Amino acid sequence: MTIITRPASKPADIIKDASMSKQKDMMARHYERLSDAPANGEKVAATFVPGNLNELLMCFGFANNLPEVNAIQSGLRKQSGGYVMEAEKSGHSEDVCTYVKSDIGMMSKGNIGPNGRKLPDPDVLLLSYTGCFTFMKWFELLRQQYNCETIMFHTPYMADGKITKDMIKYMVKQLKQDVIPKLEKVSGVKFDIDLLRAHLRKSAIAEEDLVWVLQSAKTKPSPIDAYFGGIYYIGPIFGAFRGTDDAIDYYRFLRQEVEERIAEGKGPVTPDGDMGQERYRLVVEGPPNYTHFRQFWKMFYDEGAVVVASSYTKVGGTYDFGFRHDPVNPLESLAEYCLNVYTNRNLPMRVDMLENYIDEYQADGLLINSIKSCNSFSAGQLLMMREVEKRTGKPAAFIETDLVDPRYFSPANVKNRLESYFQMIEQKRAGLRGAA
Amino acid sequence: MLDVPASATAGIIRRCEDLFSDLHFSTARAWKAAKPGRKVIGFMPYYVPREIIHAAGALPLGILGGGDQLEVIHGDAYYQSYICRIPRSTIELGVSGRIDFVDGMLFPSICDVIRNLSGMWMLMFPNTATRYVDLPQNFEDDVGGEFYRSELNEIREWLGGITGQPITDDAIRASIEVFNENRRLVREAYTLRTDEPWNVPASELYLVMRAGFVLPVEEHSQLIRDYLASVRDQQRPIKDNSRVVVSGAFCEQPPLTLIKSIELSGCYIVDDDFLLINRWERSDVSTDGDPLAALSRAFLHDSHSTPPKYEPDQAKKGLYLVEAVRKHRAEGVIFAMASFCDPALLDRPMLQDILKAHGVPQIAFKFAENSGQMQPIREQAGTFSDSIKLWSGA
Ligand code: SF4
Ligand code: SF4
Repeated sequence: MTIITRPASKPADIIKDASMSKQKDMMARHYERLSDAPANGEKVAATFVPGNLNELLMCFGFANNLPEVNAIQSGLRKQSGGYVMEAEKSGHSEDVCTYVKSDIGMMSKGNIGPNGRKLPDPDVLLLSYTGCFTFMKWFELLRQQYNCETIMFHTPYMADGKITKDMIKYMVKQLKQDVIPKLEKVSGVKFDIDLLRAHLRKSAIAEEDLVWVLQSAKTKPSPIDAYFGGIYYIGPIFGAFRGTDDAIDYYRFLRQEVEERIAEGKGPVTPDGDMGQERYRLVVEGPPNYTHFRQFWKMFYDEGAVVVASSYTKVGGTYDFGFRHDPVNPLESLAEYCLNVYTNRNLPMRVDMLENYIDEYQADGLLINSIKSCNSFSAGQLLMMREVEKRTGKPAAFIETDLVDPRYFSPANVKNRLESYFQMIEQKRAGLRGAA
Repeated sequence: MLDVPASATAGIIRRCEDLFSDLHFSTARAWKAAKPGRKVIGFMPYYVPREIIHAAGALPLGILGGGDQLEVIHGDAYYQSYICRIPRSTIELGVSGRIDFVDGMLFPSICDVIRNLSGMWMLMFPNTATRYVDLPQNFEDDVGGEFYRSELNEIREWLGGITGQPITDDAIRASIEVFNENRRLVREAYTLRTDEPWNVPASELYLVMRAGFVLPVEEHSQLIRDYLASVRDQQRPIKDNSRVVVSGAFCEQPPLTLIKSIELSGCYIVDDDFLLINRWERSDVSTDGDPLAALSRAFLHDSHSTPPKYEPDQAKKGLYLVEAVRKHRAEGVIFAMASFCDPALLDRPMLQDILKAHGVPQIAFKFAENSGQMQPIREQAGTFSDSIKLWSGA
């Protein structure tokens, strides 16, 4: 049964799925673990969501602190704007990625995490370099600040749409000759490949349920929102929980909830409760805006618009294409995972993916949320939009916001754009009805 | 027109200027038309292995955006306002048919914009062979080196597919030698500029080097020889200028007027990172043994440091710039970076810190390849030059 809980402390707060409450718990424990790490003698690693080698880090007992997740938290808590300005004041260009600036601004303000406590300095920076060139500069900047071991793990780009043996060989060699020995050195823990296999086995179980949940949006009405809701659903697997029992439990729980919603013919849960009638089914490309997250989401569900598939929920792995972490080939599997993250796939693959989503999820069209910060996602999106529109015959629209810089979220503009887009969809439908 | 003395130099520079401003690439077109079956391979900044293109019998053609002369009509429709200009003017070159004679395009691993442009090219120009050139960020011979060698081999096969001829090791070795010769001359020219910047103005040297992006390498080598001979043949007045290194323009190119403005403001540019590919390898690439392994080794161990390349050793981060200041006896650094250029702008604070730690004065500004207003830059660079002189006087 789907349990809708209103947290007693804040009666007017968001209505949450039980799975969301569980996730909140997991996150709270995670941040406490991070804050307690220095006192408990635990070592801390920092790494990125795309290319997050959580299972490997767990083999050495590292607590995994993901600066992107911290930037998101700062965005949701409306602190990122100040952090970004702080970084700009200290000499960072207004032109560059605001995730980096939010992180740097947060550092200069004492690095206080969402639990109100200081986040620990990392002992190692695992520069998992896939899908975004900014990652390299970001961790060079952090390396300068923290003076700690920094490990480059380079993933080649899937420029021809395929993974070659040479790519895997290159990555496995990096793992064996560089990444693992350095992690051993920093942690003082000997690498145990069987432990890695055990973690990967757990990852695959949770991944199976995540994919099921994401694909449940093929049902009409969709029981989930695969963008705004999807951001919560990917949290544990993209973050510090992949390969844990917690993640397995979370996704099993989530899947049960979604199964029940389907059985009851319900749409997604929104911050204001169950969504009303599903009127528009959308595929969304690009990250969301976090500084006005609820306001942004509301513009959709107020109109009965549900996102049935999104590319953002694939930045930490394109599991829906069949990839699962494989305990039989552990290192190769880590390499393949990094190669497959959405932004490491070439543009023709990204276009194919969106086109197929529109078809498979019976969507009304494509909406692109173009992020000022993010060249990795944004460069080429206008062409992608035209291509998908041309191939599917479905209307597409383009809005521009930023991830964590509130200066680039203009509610009136976004709302206007969305309203005209929904009208376009209506016109298209009327046209089709007229033609039939 | 450049303000150059009426000498042999003036003739050479006029020719280079014509090549520079010809956005239809007539010379490369003529080269291709001169013999049936000839192929032209375009490449974008910052580095591709031109030796293999040459060994395939093809012409490597540098595509460096549209500069300040190209009117971008279509290109802007493909990019949001917060993305740099070079991809949009490159699209313009493609859509307007200006590079329709190019048989293949190479997009190196420099940033997300050019990476994504490789995919856009595949979608927009399906009849042009398109390839991304992945460059290693691991600098161990048996790890990144081996990977890069396999990448070079794939490029060799890709080019062989375009020309219809396999490319032999001997051909690559011969081409390495041709490029070694070109690089020796390039180094000689830059050294001469360091020694006599009044005789080798940066705006002039830029044009001579830029010609190497459209001419066959042998012709370009001759052009440098002629230029060096003509420069050595004359003396220009020495000015009381400051000596500066310009850093940050390794991809989108500054307008020529910007380079001239820095000079006119009282600075001798004694080092820069424009057109870095022409001196990417610091010394000769070996012609012994496996030529692809030699190119790979040169990339790993003997190439320039620049923001898109990872510096594994924190202690060395940015020191290349301090080293450039020392080697070229410069008195300050001007960061000139393309607007919205992530690799350059994200790197800048780290480079600035290192320069500060070494007491090197610096200023920074942004440009676009079509920036028109040079007055503010001239004023900023002029004030910088004056203050350098003041400090050194003190
Ligand atoms: S550029 Fe994009 S992918 Fe890269 S760190 Fe910034 S937001 Fe993330
Ligand atoms: S100017 Fe900078 S951001 Fe733009 S394409 Fe070149 S390297 Fe990339």
